[in-house]
Amino acid sequence: MSGLFQRLAPRLGAAIPFTIDGMPAEARAGDLLLGAILLHRRALRRFEFGPGERAGYCLMGACQDCWIGLADGRRVRACTTLVEPGMAVVTGGVGG
Amino acid sequence: MAEPVVAVVGAGPAGLRATQVLVEAGLCPLLIDEGHRAGGQVYRRPPPGAERPASDLYGFEAGRAQTLHDLADALAPRIAYRPGTMVWSIAKREPAGFALNCLGPQGHGRIAADRLVLATGAMDRALPFPGWTLPGVFTLGAAQIALKAQGMAIGRRVALVGAGPLLPLVAHQYAKAGATPVVVLDVTPVWAKVRAAPRLAAMPATLAKGVWYMLAGALRGQPVRAGVRAIAVEGTSRVEALAWEDARGRRHRVPCDAVAASFGLRSEAQAADLAGCRFVFEPVTRQWQPERSPEGRSSHPLVYLAGDGSGIGGADVAELQGERTALTVLADLGRPRDAAREARLDRLLARQAGFRAALEAAYPYPHHLVETIADDEIVCRCEGITAGALRRAATERDAHEMNRLKALTRAGMGRCQGRVCGHAAAEILARTLTVPVETVGRLRGQAPIKPIPLREPV
Repeated sequence: MSGLFQRLAPRLGAAIPFTIDGMPAEARAGDLLLGAILLHRRALRRFEFGPGERAGYCLMGACQDCWIGLADGRRVRACTTLVEPGMAVVTGGVGG
Repeated sequence: MAEPVVAVVGAGPAGLRATQVLVEAGLCPLLIDEGHRAGGQVYRRPPPGAERPASDLYGFEAGRAQTLHDLADALAPRIAYRPGTMVWSIAKREPAGFALNCLGPQGHGRIAADRLVLATGAMDRALPFPGWTLPGVFTLGAAQIALKAQGMAIGRRVALVGAGPLLPLVAHQYAKAGATPVVVLDVTPVWAKVRAAPRLAAMPATLAKGVWYMLAGALRGQPVRAGVRAIAVEGTSRVEALAWEDARGRRHRVPCDAVAASFGLRSEAQAADLAGCRFVFEPVTRQWQPERSPEGRSSHPLVYLAGDGSGIGGADVAELQGERTALTVLADLGRPRDAAREARLDRLLARQAGFRAALEAAYPYPHHLVETIADDEIVCRCEGITAGALRRAATERDAHEMNRLKALTRAGMGRCQGRVCGHAAAEILARTLTVPVETVGRLRGQAPIKPIPLREPV
């Protein structure tokens, strides 16, 4: 599936493996979770008060639109959290 | 007597310059910043691994950005620097001073400070339009951050819409980085810019940069289309196209997969609210901001303000105010004053204020657009509260004021605490009641000012 974001500046750093809804994905050192997911998906989470999906909004930690769950139970703000190796993102199957 | 503890909140241009002045005077200030690296949003520094040359990231402002980043690196070992740390509440300490509740890399902590310099910055102002909550619609600032901090574009075909001089700048940055901006739409009228032009010429270098970005866009075949109306994002589950009506009433539509929208800037002022600062209504940009004297004082004798968090002025003003405000802190601590330095900063700030007034006149906040927001459109994107729900609360349930409106509808009670919807909701409430927007007040800041995990031991 194609993502919403596109990477314009190539990254030479190490590849960081993580998963989105169990599917293997790859990020690069320096990637924030929001961008890492949106390179693969078109959204981050379901909107919990109505229909539709959300992909974040301000990217500066103000709007709180990009809180997502990880398989280990943590909830993180995707725009201010760096990807870590082995992170297991749970979106609920959005953004395909 | 121990040295007084001055805590600077925010490490953008204002906070960094304030910290510099305090360090030069021999103090060891605290610098608390939500960002993992200093620079603020305007000079946002990529995380380790994502660095790129400053000229690629900041264009004309590369020199200024580099200078501030170097300053931050030089200051770090001489101060108590707390990156990645959010001040989520501010409590009074007896007999004077503050206790800052913080959440940082080591979890929760409480930091004591005798005086505060709040340099908390700003974010884009939102105005709802059809489709604005679809995944793929971001703020203009978000589009810039994706590029600066991550080297990514928010989409493959990106439309830029809103009100403000930054639209052609971001379009240029995207085109230069290899993305495809498809259209640049400005809802403010052409005549406003023509009328403000003579006063904008007071800062010829800044005006020249603005004109240059406009011309660069025109040469790309993408002039800024001003005076547009009825902006609407089309698509059911994702962004598919942007539609609008031009100044002559003709309908247009362009396919795209992402939209960057901004209708000016709003001060991030919750910390000032919790610290007990008095707020005043700023009539030109129609927003409540903490009252700030030209010297950087708030209404609270131990709280000082600098930068966009207390009045929108942009990065250059923020640097000047940071420096000026810290001089005031030193004067209040009984340190010797440098009258010539203070006077020079006051002169520069006065000149900038004139330019800013002209800029606000050229790109007026299009508050009247709230009239066109349909009843079923979401205004509070946290909880999905519609414009119709807000209007009904005003007419049927006697909501006269923003905090009452929040209690009745939950608009402003969600995760963002009204940062995104607050201004639009106030304009909708005022229009519905046919009263001036300042009479409906503002949402009070509440701790925690951003969500904090309960699992962290407080």
